[in-house]
Amino acid sequence: MTLYLLKRLAVLLASTAVAAVVVFAFMALLPGDPAEIALGVNATPEAVAALRQQFGTDRPPVAQFLDWSGGLLQGDFGTSYVTSSPIGPQIGDRLGVTAVLVLGGMAVALAVAVPLGTYAAVRHRDPLGAAISAVSQVGIAIPAFLAGILLVFVFAVQAQVLPSGGYVPFAEDPGEWLRGLLLPWASLGLVQGAVLTRYVRSAVLDVMREDYLRTARAKGRGSTGALWRHGLRNASVPVVTVLGLQLATLLIGAVVVERVFVIPGLGDLLLNGVAGRDLLLVQGVVMVLVAAVLVINFVVDVAYHLLDPRLR
Amino acid sequence: MRRIGIWIAVGGLLLATAACGGGDSGGSASGTPKAQSLAVGFVAEPANLDFTSTEGAAIPQALLVNVYEGLVKLDQAGEIVPLLAEKWEVSDDRKTYTFKLRENVKFSSGAPFTADDVVFSLDRVKSDWKLKIKSQLDVVDKVEKKDDSTAVITLKQPSNGFLYSMATRLGAMFSRTGVSDLANKPVGTGPYVLGSWRRGDSIQLDANPSYWGTKPPLSSITLKYFKDATAMNNALLTGGIDVISSVQAPESLQQFADPNRFEVIEGTTNGEVVLSMNNGRPPFNDKKARQAVRHAIDHKALLDTAWAGRGGLIGSMVPPTDPWYEDRTGDYPYDPAKAKQLLGGKTYNVKMRIPNLPYAVASAQVVKSQLAQVGITAEIEPLEFPARWLDQVFTKGDYDLSIINHVEPRDMGIFADKSYYFGYDNPEFGKLLASADQGTEQEQTDDLKQAAKLLSDDAAADWLFLFPNLIVAKKGVTGLPENAISESFDFTALAKQ
Repeated sequence: MTLYLLKRLAVLLASTAVAAVVVFAFMALLPGDPAEIALGVNATPEAVAALRQQFGTDRPPVAQFLDWSGGLLQGDFGTSYVTSSPIGPQIGDRLGVTAVLVLGGMAVALAVAVPLGTYAAVRHRDPLGAAISAVSQVGIAIPAFLAGILLVFVFAVQAQVLPSGGYVPFAEDPGEWLRGLLLPWASLGLVQGAVLTRYVRSAVLDVMREDYLRTARAKGRGSTGALWRHGLRNASVPVVTVLGLQLATLLIGAVVVERVFVIPGLGDLLLNGVAGRDLLLVQGVVMVLVAAVLVINFVVDVAYHLLDPRLR
Repeated sequence: MRRIGIWIAVGGLLLATAACGGGDSGGSASGTPKAQSLAVGFVAEPANLDFTSTEGAAIPQALLVNVYEGLVKLDQAGEIVPLLAEKWEVSDDRKTYTFKLRENVKFSSGAPFTADDVVFSLDRVKSDWKLKIKSQLDVVDKVEKKDDSTAVITLKQPSNGFLYSMATRLGAMFSRTGVSDLANKPVGTGPYVLGSWRRGDSIQLDANPSYWGTKPPLSSITLKYFKDATAMNNALLTGGIDVISSVQAPESLQQFADPNRFEVIEGTTNGEVVLSMNNGRPPFNDKKARQAVRHAIDHKALLDTAWAGRGGLIGSMVPPTDPWYEDRTGDYPYDPAKAKQLLGGKTYNVKMRIPNLPYAVASAQVVKSQLAQVGITAEIEPLEFPARWLDQVFTKGDYDLSIINHVEPRDMGIFADKSYYFGYDNPEFGKLLASADQGTEQEQTDDLKQAAKLLSDDAAADWLFLFPNLIVAKKGVTGLPENAISESFDFTALAKQ
């Protein structure tokens, strides 16, 4: 297990390093000069040149990369071109908001998927079980932002029971914080929940066909009891893998959902950064997102090992 | 089949929502806003609060006149009116301005406002400001304090632009003890002070309890920032905000058609939506080709189609709120036959490289179809704004036609710079501008009228329409600035019935 951990850790670090190079290279390829954009239609060639020098974008790319990656190793993301303030704390603030959004969305997804998926598997011949299966198929086809727009239309614009957007920090007003997050959580969670429902259903179905479950039932446990005692842990192995993949999808989905709901999270920061060609900021945010996805995959792999003794 | 699929999708979503949403909404607090406060939706959030070193219209929009005040300000009719100066006198040689300052004015820090602060603030423009526009005050020779309530400003040569610049952010008065953290802590004399700033979301301005003038009717104003126009519209529909400061797409106005709930206010701006023609390369280095384009465009039809008829027609680079405005829409009436004649039977293929902004995309379609009727085939290429458009069209000048809203006030002067992306080169025009700035006010007005006429005659560009200022407010909101013609969104009179 220790050896496995070390191996996985080495892969994690190597992928992060490769990701840093790729992220930087993409930013360098992005058309548009940060200095030109900062000065807008009032720009003169001299002012643009001076600003380029101030930003350090007039140096060779390799020097810029070494500077940036060296800073990253020390936890320094550099200074934003647009706001002239350090990027690290900005990302930190926004990451908290996005994390709440993603974890809430995950919780909604699980709350939907586990009971519905299990029910659909156990009662897969009932009309209701089949209906759940069919509806989840439809849910898969809806992107999170569309779900968001529909939810806003129904619950905010028509019914006027929830705000259409905006974010109130928890410390300021916990009630409003929750109200503001319900629709974003729902739009992220329901779509992912639909996907997850299908995995839960097929995982539970597989388990139900296993010999050991039949044996358990033969030994006198009720069918629910047998599933509860012996089935769920086994069914959870493929579900955890999917969950990890979905967490990454949720993180990316959050970028778009934040814009729909006017939530000041990482996605909002990222899109602003792209529009203003605040390249260092964009690099920083993308790096954090990439690192988060890599860490999630790492944790999933390790969890997989813990859940499935055969892999140890 | 497809439609059925969508309905199933909606139905499924609602079912699922109903299934899981049951117990969740219990945490809802009361949604009623605090008394005597208003929330106004804006598009662009300031990068920071320091307009002395950071470009961007969002900063003066929020702070000028509201938090920072100048000696003078621009009123809704475009007139320069007193603010921190009670009155001013101009010497006979028009080089010395003596400002009599209001007494008992205090900064929000408690420090008194005196002539020393005038000297400090204007000297600081020269020494510390980082914006290109600071060159507008290069004409200032020296700023002196005569006594605590009198400041004397001497110019190098007479300049009509000077007093106007003093009404912009350049003339904002700063406290000698209040400039240590401009990016985060503005200290001004205005009716409002910075309350709080939730980055990425909103800025709250609170009423300044020690304001020298009429106390503002509201106790606080929240400026909420939306990158997405739909999100802003939804916020007004659901009560999240009280005012949309500028509607991004006029077709969305129909949502606010109910006069019992909303009021739509249409005013003017300084934004000339310019169809720029590259004067520096064929075919539009030929004046006849440019004139043909002007005759080929039916401006009224374009405005109706592209921008729901909202806005005005101008015909040159001057908005109606400038003193030297003249209606130049008759210079090139819609006349496709004349356009064809000017082109001499030739046909052209041109590149129309536009920013991917709603008004530009909508206008470009109409321009393309109208030009096609006289033999000019325009290929539309939308470029990401600002990055790619600035790089390709503005900086490199690689375009034949483009469309952009030039929003800066009194910006006719951009045509005087032949390296500017228009590539317009007529020395006569530059001479008129220079003489306008140094002459009397009457001479200024006459010269600039002539300059605007020259631009129009030369067909230096075509002016598609004047961008409208469209505000939507909840019924009962009063005191909104109808015209967006200064750098500031003036909250001074904003109130709620």
